[in-house]
Amino acid sequence: MLEFINVSKVVSGQTHIHPTNLVLERGTLNVLLGPTLSGKTSLLRLMAGLDKPTSGSVRFNGENVTGLPVQRRNVAMVYQQFINYPSMTVYENIASPLRVAGESADVIDREVKKVADLMRLSPLLDRLPLSLSGGQQQRTALARAIVKKASLVLLDEPLANLDYKLREEMREELPKIFAASGSIFVYATTEPSEALLLGGNTATLHQGRVSQFGKTVSVYRNPRDLITARTFSDPPINTHTAVKEGKNFVLLEKEAGGKGKATKITLPVPAHLATVADGPVTLGVQPHHLSLEEPYAKAPSLKVKTQVSEIAGSESFVHVLFGDKRWVILEHGVRNIDPDLDIDVYLDTRHLMAFGSDGMTLAGTAG
Amino acid sequence: MARINLDHIRHAYGIRPTSPNDYALREVHHEWADGGAYALLGPSGCGKTTLLNIISGIVRPSEGHILFDGKDVTHLPTEERNIAQVFQFPVVYDTMTVYDNLAFPLRNRNVPEDLVATRVKHILEMLELTDRADKKARGLTADQKQKISLGRGLVRSDVNAILFDEPLTVIDPHLKWVLRSQLKQLHRHSKFTMVYVTHDQTEALTFADKVVVMYDGQIVQIGTPAELFEKPKHTFVGYFIGSPGMNVFPVEIAGKKARIGNVSVDIGFAPKISKGQKTELGIRPEFMDITRKGMPMTIRKVEDIGRQKIVRGELAGQAVSIVMKEGSDIPADPHVSFRDEGINIYADSWRVGQED
Repeated sequence: MLEFINVSKVVSGQTHIHPTNLVLERGTLNVLLGPTLSGKTSLLRLMAGLDKPTSGSVRFNGENVTGLPVQRRNVAMVYQQFINYPSMTVYENIASPLRVAGESADVIDREVKKVADLMRLSPLLDRLPLSLSGGQQQRTALARAIVKKASLVLLDEPLANLDYKLREEMREELPKIFAASGSIFVYATTEPSEALLLGGNTATLHQGRVSQFGKTVSVYRNPRDLITARTFSDPPINTHTAVKEGKNFVLLEKEAGGKGKATKITLPVPAHLATVADGPVTLGVQPHHLSLEEPYAKAPSLKVKTQVSEIAGSESFVHVLFGDKRWVILEHGVRNIDPDLDIDVYLDTRHLMAFGSDGMTLAGTAG
Repeated sequence: MARINLDHIRHAYGIRPTSPNDYALREVHHEWADGGAYALLGPSGCGKTTLLNIISGIVRPSEGHILFDGKDVTHLPTEERNIAQVFQFPVVYDTMTVYDNLAFPLRNRNVPEDLVATRVKHILEMLELTDRADKKARGLTADQKQKISLGRGLVRSDVNAILFDEPLTVIDPHLKWVLRSQLKQLHRHSKFTMVYVTHDQTEALTFADKVVVMYDGQIVQIGTPAELFEKPKHTFVGYFIGSPGMNVFPVEIAGKKARIGNVSVDIGFAPKISKGQKTELGIRPEFMDITRKGMPMTIRKVEDIGRQKIVRGELAGQAVSIVMKEGSDIPADPHVSFRDEGINIYADSWRVGQED
């Protein structure tokens, strides 16, 4: 078990990590999710012992390891760049941590073959890393981290440099590999969909703070605040300010550029938000809860102007302007819609989220 | 702007190729329309960069000819082909202002200054860089620099074509969609013939009117995004486009029926299959339903990815992925049914349609 107790990191007057408390259990996969510079790598370095915290303490299985250097901890790291020994075969690359540990030839051979099998590298053991594809090179680096049987394995955007088909395959495989190992895995990524595919637990990071930590799907469905909801949605969650007046939310739709008269739009308050107090709120709706077709009878609709449609293979992101706000609609299949059209989009209010003026989630939302 | 003809082009990097496998690019014979937006999409090693280099003149094809508007340019060097190129990494002069960087390709060709001013102003507006025109390029972020590279590609109005070689690789993921959208709008406004090389499906499908999917040195399909999704011509297209990719099952074809394991599926037409051909049925995860009736399946894992669920399991002894809506229930005794419109039949990996 890895514990962070009020751990912070300040570098030349700049706070990289605000005081953070985290408990990571043995045999779990933990995702650090956040955009570039949100503190993922700083946290990983603190966990590894590459950096010493400015304040607070780090415990491993109850023992205080604050300040203990990385060499004296049982840690393995995998980086975004594929790092292997170029002059050694795949076999020797995987075997290297075992050789350093002074294991016997029999043990090395058995362990290397076991991990190679798990990582589907068995037919490639005699090859040199640079003769392999990016995915195979990264699997070699992963195999070396796993064979070490480190109690803590840290992965910093390990799939970022692979093409999307390989990423897809690795994301499906990794949870199986993690489950078979029993170590604590910490996996940093900028991509919400990657966190969801990996499962496990997720800590959302924003400007050096953990905004929420819990089971991945539950953080996604029940974000504590708007920052967490934003960190955990790609394409970004659509938001708009509104005022709750009894049974309605009243939205003022401004024209693009903020000029001209604002149009007043009313939306009926859905049952799950009935207990929200009257007054100003920020409404949030995920892109897949907006659609070009009515999701159910009498779903409320909004008038928007289309911009560009992005097509991602199995789904399409239709970018639109709702007043002066950029919104995104996620549609299944290929939807190539011309720009500058005035269209209606339907809102599935059963999944509408509401946030208070402090950014905290109001009432029971069902993202 | 020009129409591009690829006339029986083949290319081998080694000398004296003897078998099709010796060619990095197997025969390509196509006409690309003037003003079209084409994307060359495929994994590394598929031949897409070779083809781009043949169009730009960096590589001279071993066989065949390349024509711009009917004129044979096969033996012309890059400089004489009148094309603009945008590369993976920004090519920007740090000590010059944004304006001068954009003006460079024009001044290089002795375009009069008043015309330079009109063109550069236009490009600055398109790229939303007007307020930075007088700033030195040095202090700009990687994506702003790449925008300038794009602008330099677009600034000349007399080019035959603009070639893009993975231009968004260095761009932060959160900004990619902004540039993707801008590129698409740029094409709509400019009507240049554009050829865009990428291994990323979203970039290719968003940018192009026609996507050219390449695999193992050959073009396996040229089609609109909808055609590639709905009717993949080759099993590779089904796999490569879409996430997760198409499920492909070995089948036995008998008349209007396909047999998977010991279950028979009605396919609505009798595909023409030659003797000895390998026959397969392809169906995308989006066109399958998990129900109480149909073919029995086993479920290995359900991935809840928020907006939908991906069910991974086995059907007739083969791995299968099925996409289900958010919040949908999965029966205890799961069976699978196929929606007719999603069924494609393949013989030796190539699609056999009703029309064939």
